[in-house]
Amino acid sequence: RKRFEVKTLGFSSLELKNLIFFLGAVGRVAEVAGKSSVMMEIRTPKTHKAKRVLEKRAPKLVENGKKTLILHGTKTSATVSSVLMELYRLKKGGAIKYSRRNENIRPFESGGETSLEFFSLKTDCSIFVYGSHTKKRPDNLVLGRMYDHHVYDLIEVGIENFKSLLSFSYDKKIAPHEGSKPFICFTGEGFENVPELKQLKEVLTDLFRGEVVENLNLTGLDRAYICTAVSPTKVFLTHCAIKLKKSGTIVPRIELVEVGPSMDLVIRRNRLPNEGLRKEAMKSSKDKPKKKVKNVDQDDVLGKLGRVYIPEQEVGKIPLPDKSKGVKRERREGKVKKNKEEGSASKKLKESE
Amino acid sequence: MDTEMDQIYQIDVGNLLAFNPNHRFSSAPSSREELVKECVTEGTKLVQAIADTLFNFPSTESVDGPLVQLPPPTTKLPREKHLPRPKPPTKWEEFALKKGIQKRKKDKIVYDETTDKFKRRHGYDRVNDDNDIPIIEAKASDEPGEDPFAKRLDDKKKRVDKQQKNRLQNLKSAAKAGALPSHVQLAASALPITGTKAQPKKLGKEELGDVAGLAATSTASGGKFDKKLPGEKPPKKQGKHHKYLPVVPRYGWVDEEKEQTNKVLGKLLSKHSHEILNVGKAINMYNDKKEKKKSGRSDKLKPKKDITKKKPYANKAK
Repeated sequence: RKRFEVKTLGFSSLELKNLIFFLGAVGRVAEVAGKSSVMMEIRTPKTHKAKRVLEKRAPKLVENGKKTLILHGTKTSATVSSVLMELYRLKKGGAIKYSRRNENIRPFESGGETSLEFFSLKTDCSIFVYGSHTKKRPDNLVLGRMYDHHVYDLIEVGIENFKSLLSFSYDKKIAPHEGSKPFICFTGEGFENVPELKQLKEVLTDLFRGEVVENLNLTGLDRAYICTAVSPTKVFLTHCAIKLKKSGTIVPRIELVEVGPSMDLVIRRNRLPNEGLRKEAMKSSKDKPKKKVKNVDQDDVLGKLGRVYIPEQEVGKIPLPDKSKGVKRERREGKVKKNKEEGSASKKLKESE
Repeated sequence: MDTEMDQIYQIDVGNLLAFNPNHRFSSAPSSREELVKECVTEGTKLVQAIADTLFNFPSTESVDGPLVQLPPPTTKLPREKHLPRPKPPTKWEEFALKKGIQKRKKDKIVYDETTDKFKRRHGYDRVNDDNDIPIIEAKASDEPGEDPFAKRLDDKKKRVDKQQKNRLQNLKSAAKAGALPSHVQLAASALPITGTKAQPKKLGKEELGDVAGLAATSTASGGKFDKKLPGEKPPKKQGKHHKYLPVVPRYGWVDEEKEQTNKVLGKLLSKHSHEILNVGKAINMYNDKKEKKKSGRSDKLKPKKDITKKKPYANKAK
């Protein structure tokens, strides 16, 4: 087979097209631009569902709630796997848990993040929790966040004194519901002074926060996460259910009952985001998205005008009153009267007896 | 939001978040349970503080319970994705801006003068449908022998292709600025124009099997003892398909060869044998054979002797 060099420059598009057909090169000639040599084609989703998914994942002014990706490392101990499982259960609606081992993920190494970023892209998750267990770092948990599906910051903690949620006994009625918005409480000066704890505070807020909502149902408040800085390197984390007790005022008295997993987090390593990236991620837009209100007009003379649409009246299909014999009012009322008379009659009989 | 009532807690109602920076553990807690208890008590205080503000908000009644409008959260957290970037104006938009062309909203129903009716602009039974034109008047500039209807279709196709090209260019410039619309993806397709490698045709399963079979028959054993890959099917039987009957009939089994010949004989001697047997042809063949045998001549290889031909000087030997 002979090969011909086809120079795009100097040929008109029509000549080129003919040449290509002549040489038997197959391919959709979507575009024959002057200098570019790569053919591009436009791909749009073929189904409405696919389009909706793409639009959901697109960057927006007001973002969706962050989803969490929960992963295992090369080796995990029983503690770590139960921590990951329980974290997944706590965040059921907004978390994805992968059950396989991931040997090529090393969050703190420069090359070991590619797999993480790929998963983040595919599942649209911007927080990840990676659990592993090695001799040097036993019961290790890496909490990380993503910006534009690239690693933004990382913090590594060790788990100590883990108590599973199965080991807590409590009245099942107060058990928190799945997906309810939690209270998050931080205690201790460490969260303000120590930079690692500051970062941990931010990460935990992001992790537990869930969706940002405008309207909140007060009866649906049933869980709280309590984080206490026991020392500059240790944080005690526990999950409690809320019991609302009657008090004299509108505000009920709050009582917390420990239900969920409780653990001690020991700070190990961390990585802060670079300044530039942090500035970009913290940027927010001031303008609110304009909500289009339909069928409402403003008129200078008449003021606010609204449009009302009335569906077509099909006169032949209007439901007519039920004129069947048994349903007529006279009949119904007659029956009631009769029953009354009978009742009173029987009473009379009884009295007479 | 700090108020005196909250004892200098930092409360973010929008996130249901509370932070108490001033708690100090009074001496080292003796046991773990005491520590836990203390933490939970502190937590309760914080949650109570948030609930105080929360329950004092004006609430609206709904089916599920009292609804309260939360203020926007005050703690700043990093975004998940970048802010949406502004789309660069398309070529038409630039042109319109330069010329001052305003967008005009088009109605869905348009008045059609040819039929004096209101018809829709796009879709079934539309206003200016190409298929509805019965007559195209010839102009002086038209060449004879050119089909104006086909020309119209051709023109339309060219316009559509040009529009596609322009659309692609606009999308490319948007992609360059990082502002591609979320539902569109640009992908490099097929082959680059430079270079002339014909696109390798994708072989199907059967075709691959055929090719593998061909290659196998070129081996010494005809592909019978070749190592097969897992999942590869055994080769289809190639060559002539003979069915050889057993020479010696098996004990208790029907003699198949006898059966075969009986079958043929039966057909010949049956009532309908003239349908199977072409009697005329058979007679001709028989006669030819007889003649050949009589004359004892093999074929055309020997020169045919002519008996009527007189042999000169045949009797002159005496």
